[in-house]
Amino acid sequence: MSRHQYIRNLDYGDAVDEYEGYSEEENDELSPEDRALMNQGTADVQAALGVEISKVTVAQIEEALWHYYYDVDKSVAYLISKFVNPRPKATKPAVQPPNGKSVTCAIDTSTAGLPLELGIPSHWAAKYLDLTDTGLPALQTNSPNSAAWRQSIGHQSNTRALSISTPVSFEHGTWISHFFQDMPWGNIPKHRETTFIAPPKRRGGLLGGSGMPPKMSKLQALAAARKKKAEEKKAIDEKAEQTRMQVEDLSMEHTPAGKENVLMAGPSNKRLKTSESIAQSTMPLLGSQPTQPEISHQSGVMTKVPGEGPLLGQGLFGGRPGSSTPDAPGDGRKAIMAEPSAFAQLLCWNPPTSRTSNGSESDPLYGFGCGYGADNKGNPPTKPLDPTDWFDVRKRKRDDSGDFDEEVILYPNLPQSVRDTFAQPSPDDVVLAAQAKAKSMKAGPKTAAAQPKKKGTASTDAVTASVDGLRISDAPLPKSRNLDVLSELEKSKPKKSASFVVVGHVDAGKSTMMGRLLLDLKVVDQRTIDKLQKEAKTEGKGSFGLAWVLDQRPEERSRGITMDIATRRFETEHTAFTILDAPGHAEYIYNMIAGASQADFAILVIDASIDAFESGLKGQTREHSLLIRSMGVSRIIVAINKLDTVAWSQERFSEIKDQMSGFLSTANFQHKNMAFVPVSGLNGDNLVHRSRDPAASWYTGPTLVEELENSEPSARALTKPLRMTVFEVYRTMQSPVTVSGRIEAGSVQMGDALLVQPSGQKAYVKSILANEAPVDWAVAGQNVVLHLSHIDPIHVRDGDIICDPAKPVPKADTFKMKALAFDILMPMPVEVHRGRLNQAGKIETISALLDKASGSVVKKNPKIVKPAMVARIVVKLESQVPLEPGQRVVLRSGGQTVAAGLLE
Amino acid sequence: MRFASKKQTIEGIDEDAGVSLLIVEPEDMWHANNLISDGDVVHAPAFRKVTTTTATGSKVVKNVRTNLSIQVKSTFFDPHASELKVSGTVVNENDWVSVGQHHTITLKYDKADIKFTIWKSNGWDSVAIQSLKEALSEDRPEAIAAVVMQEGLANICLITEFRTILKQRIDSPIPKKRSTAKESSGVMSAFYDKTLASLRNNIDFSIPRTLLLASPGFSADDFRAYMQSEAARTGDKGLQKIAREAVVVQSTSGHVHSLNEVLKSTKAKKIVQNAKFATESNLMDQFYDRLRKDDGRAWYGTKPVEKAVAEGAVGRGGGVLFVNNGFFRSMDVATRKRYVGLVDKVKEDGGEVRLLSSDDESGKRLESLGGIAAVLTYPILDLDEDDEEEEVAAGPDEGDMVI
Repeated sequence: MSRHQYIRNLDYGDAVDEYEGYSEEENDELSPEDRALMNQGTADVQAALGVEISKVTVAQIEEALWHYYYDVDKSVAYLISKFVNPRPKATKPAVQPPNGKSVTCAIDTSTAGLPLELGIPSHWAAKYLDLTDTGLPALQTNSPNSAAWRQSIGHQSNTRALSISTPVSFEHGTWISHFFQDMPWGNIPKHRETTFIAPPKRRGGLLGGSGMPPKMSKLQALAAARKKKAEEKKAIDEKAEQTRMQVEDLSMEHTPAGKENVLMAGPSNKRLKTSESIAQSTMPLLGSQPTQPEISHQSGVMTKVPGEGPLLGQGLFGGRPGSSTPDAPGDGRKAIMAEPSAFAQLLCWNPPTSRTSNGSESDPLYGFGCGYGADNKGNPPTKPLDPTDWFDVRKRKRDDSGDFDEEVILYPNLPQSVRDTFAQPSPDDVVLAAQAKAKSMKAGPKTAAAQPKKKGTASTDAVTASVDGLRISDAPLPKSRNLDVLSELEKSKPKKSASFVVVGHVDAGKSTMMGRLLLDLKVVDQRTIDKLQKEAKTEGKGSFGLAWVLDQRPEERSRGITMDIATRRFETEHTAFTILDAPGHAEYIYNMIAGASQADFAILVIDASIDAFESGLKGQTREHSLLIRSMGVSRIIVAINKLDTVAWSQERFSEIKDQMSGFLSTANFQHKNMAFVPVSGLNGDNLVHRSRDPAASWYTGPTLVEELENSEPSARALTKPLRMTVFEVYRTMQSPVTVSGRIEAGSVQMGDALLVQPSGQKAYVKSILANEAPVDWAVAGQNVVLHLSHIDPIHVRDGDIICDPAKPVPKADTFKMKALAFDILMPMPVEVHRGRLNQAGKIETISALLDKASGSVVKKNPKIVKPAMVARIVVKLESQVPLEPGQRVVLRSGGQTVAAGLLE
Repeated sequence: MRFASKKQTIEGIDEDAGVSLLIVEPEDMWHANNLISDGDVVHAPAFRKVTTTTATGSKVVKNVRTNLSIQVKSTFFDPHASELKVSGTVVNENDWVSVGQHHTITLKYDKADIKFTIWKSNGWDSVAIQSLKEALSEDRPEAIAAVVMQEGLANICLITEFRTILKQRIDSPIPKKRSTAKESSGVMSAFYDKTLASLRNNIDFSIPRTLLLASPGFSADDFRAYMQSEAARTGDKGLQKIAREAVVVQSTSGHVHSLNEVLKSTKAKKIVQNAKFATESNLMDQFYDRLRKDDGRAWYGTKPVEKAVAEGAVGRGGGVLFVNNGFFRSMDVATRKRYVGLVDKVKEDGGEVRLLSSDDESGKRLESLGGIAAVLTYPILDLDEDDEEEEVAAGPDEGDMVI
């Protein structure tokens, strides 16, 4: 082992092992190249020192060389300052506060981070060159060790020949204001700004590196007590031991930071293991009180401003003032063993109330003004502040959910009025607090998680356990009023509510007609329509303005088609209606199915213009009619649209009416449930108001809205257990999980527990919106918006079923159904649609052909099922979905609806 | 796949010497899976974990690379990794293993060719020979990448000559339109972003490869536009090329089984040089058409087909027998012989035999029909008459249904 190695181990080994749990790698012998360099360097240094050589040992030279990576000049400078002309130990200088001048000091963490500030503050150097560049009065060196100090900052060979005093004496009290003179308040250029970071939180004992295990702060003691409770058998000394261990662990965590630092220092990798890492890992000990490290670090930064030599030495290099030789043997230990610094005393033994106490001459200044002392206009305060005044130490919690509360602001004593200003939470704080409150539902458990974490010594397990325990109790369950919804319903006698789906072939004018309807009913005002029409015109789609009331997505507007179901509400005298405007394109039929599954009745829009009707009958007019019927919609209003294009020809109307009624009756619509209205969706004839066109005077029947009001919604399954198909899930201010949909059966009220299938997750109803107004309860048949709580958004998806947890919907991937075939059925791949749900699956077996009327088995195991036949089939899906007998599903294949039916 | 020896020919297979084959590409693993059936003996390179106990009692575990011969008990094919695990008992002793020990050989193509030798337990029957011929065919079209999508759902597939591999399924909920919906477009581009990222992760575009984009509506168009804008934004030439050459096809849904119709579309046909897929898909369509017509010339299920074949109805002039190739893999000798007999009979009668893999879409359709189907040369109407009772009795599926 080389002497060098020997010294290192001798000096640091014990201390390091004892305090840091830091194990030195034993095998870092000097390589032969290093050895050669070392020998060469030693000789050079000896030559440079000349007669003074007697005062320095070879070992010291080697150590210095090693430390400065064989830089002879630096080593010589260092050795001279350290051994040849040792400076008498400096008394702590009286430090003046920054004279009340506003100094915004921050450390740019993004680029440098703590390690940089601790080790090689290259940007410091830049910073402080900056300072000089801005015309600061030259600071005088009054300490011979300053060179060493400077070097120890960063081994900056390019440090400008600039003299720095370690304990800075302020010859010009206003120099800081000079620095900031050219800047308006709050508008400091980025390059002069730094940002404070919260240093890694360290738990552990109190300040003052005595050789004993660190004392515990109140917080730690509390945590330890907790832990004790949790484990119930740990002896007190064990606890202390553990605390110490944790401190050490934390210190270790710190070391990688040091490594990073070394990477920047180039080839001095090995060296890290000696001085720097020790210095850095010493830090946690010094800064064991959670708030302290930041301050020492702040003060470290401060050194470039008001200057605080001793502290700098201590905070940054773990050395003592006046002996700031970071790598000198025994120094690290000294730092560790040292008396708590005044700073530490300030922090820990003089709690923040010490603000009022007067510092003596020997009391160093540890804080600095933080945006303080200047008024808003950037004018420095006229009254110079007493430099010996203590700074105000304040702790501030960011907000309830914030994990760190160590934002400590130190600022000098100031006039009461100014202090009062800052005694209150800042406007930002108010906003933050409000935000935190707003999301308290979610943040609640998190806060709970954050809290125990702060209690340093509590074990992770205990934390987890306590968090688990807290989760339930933290966010209170929404209060249920335990209403008897049915009797409430009787009492309130609300307006009838009904929803209808608007279906029809592509470009039959469904959306435009509904836009017109909403305009005529004054749900949408003329201004909005004008605006939309103007927009439509600029896009070259003049006639689409009305449709854009419902078609809101940019894709829909640019293409002039409806792609997804649009819902709007309007009320007539007796009924609250929900419009479900369905897309006409065959490709979006799954959306149309989703809409139809929510509807009580349907408006089938037919384009009466020449050829359009005929092509529609082959296309979506037919498919939609079949679909809505098999979805359980029995009432259909046929709006024969665009009759104005055929001059309100009654002949055309009758022709279409005859054909359609024939077709609809084959599709199992009863004649009494059909109604035919000649309309013009674009102009609004016979929608809300009767047509004023004399050519249309032959029609005397009810208008479309009248027909709608005549329609009786189907009976509601009010007494059955709750079932609601989720139409869509989105995020709102009220709840991150807001679902909309139609209650198919049962009722729901605020505070109810719900089960979401297929995820099987429980949720609670926070609030209910029906017809965009908050209500306490809702019943089957209503389209509602539920704000859920206690559930993660990933568990709720479109097409899920929300149900009563007591009587949940079963999940299955295989189901038997009675299907009406629209096309040939055989074992084949199909898509299964139920409301929003759209799942791939296959017809597995066809168990029997059934008689249409009686349902008795006609033929077992048929090979195929022909159109219009009813069969019992077994369908297998790719994954489990909530299914229940009595539900209506649609089977599609190859873009065609092949069957629809009821689950058995 | 290639013969290990240049002298080896399909005609000159020596049952005793076995057939030595070289695995030269990942797709060969699939063929190997078809070739190796239970009971066969496979000789292949394997890693064996050997534990030796030293004199002091300490144990040393070594992974020894050795060639092993095993009698196959089961095989497992991982289509995503293109990896075949062959398990069985060792039949040839060597330094590391003794006879009767179990071993699982993992066959995986990894840059270097792998040689393995196979001895068929039942000899090389016609089905085995056909599989071998398919495996040895050299003319391989490049696999096609396909994204079948709809709003919020994307299936990323790789269509090779013999199979369709679903590489990744992306399912992200898209907020539907509400009067307050403004986030929709952002969510869509996030969805496209996710799809694009996994497309590029899952499919190697370094070799020129066609990309098919299929969706109902405009999702596929939008996705392509998204790819183009991404390519322009990032200056990614490769992506630009992929996007430019991507073919957009309309499909009726975003589910994987829509690939069938996608590949039949005229647009896709132009680029899909995949003859096998096309013919199989066409034949299946013919079958479905016949079934639709219910003219007595299309039958499915083992019993009716067996009867039809026995009558010689699946023969010259349009007779086609479809059999799922899985039927020949793990069945007992008797059943295998029965199906091989069916195949041989049809071939003898001049009919066409198609062995479809359940790994591609036509095969999946066949699978849903029970794995075996036939197009007859003349109509027979009562093939299913007398097996009704039997079928009902043998319908165990209904027991485990939830509903």
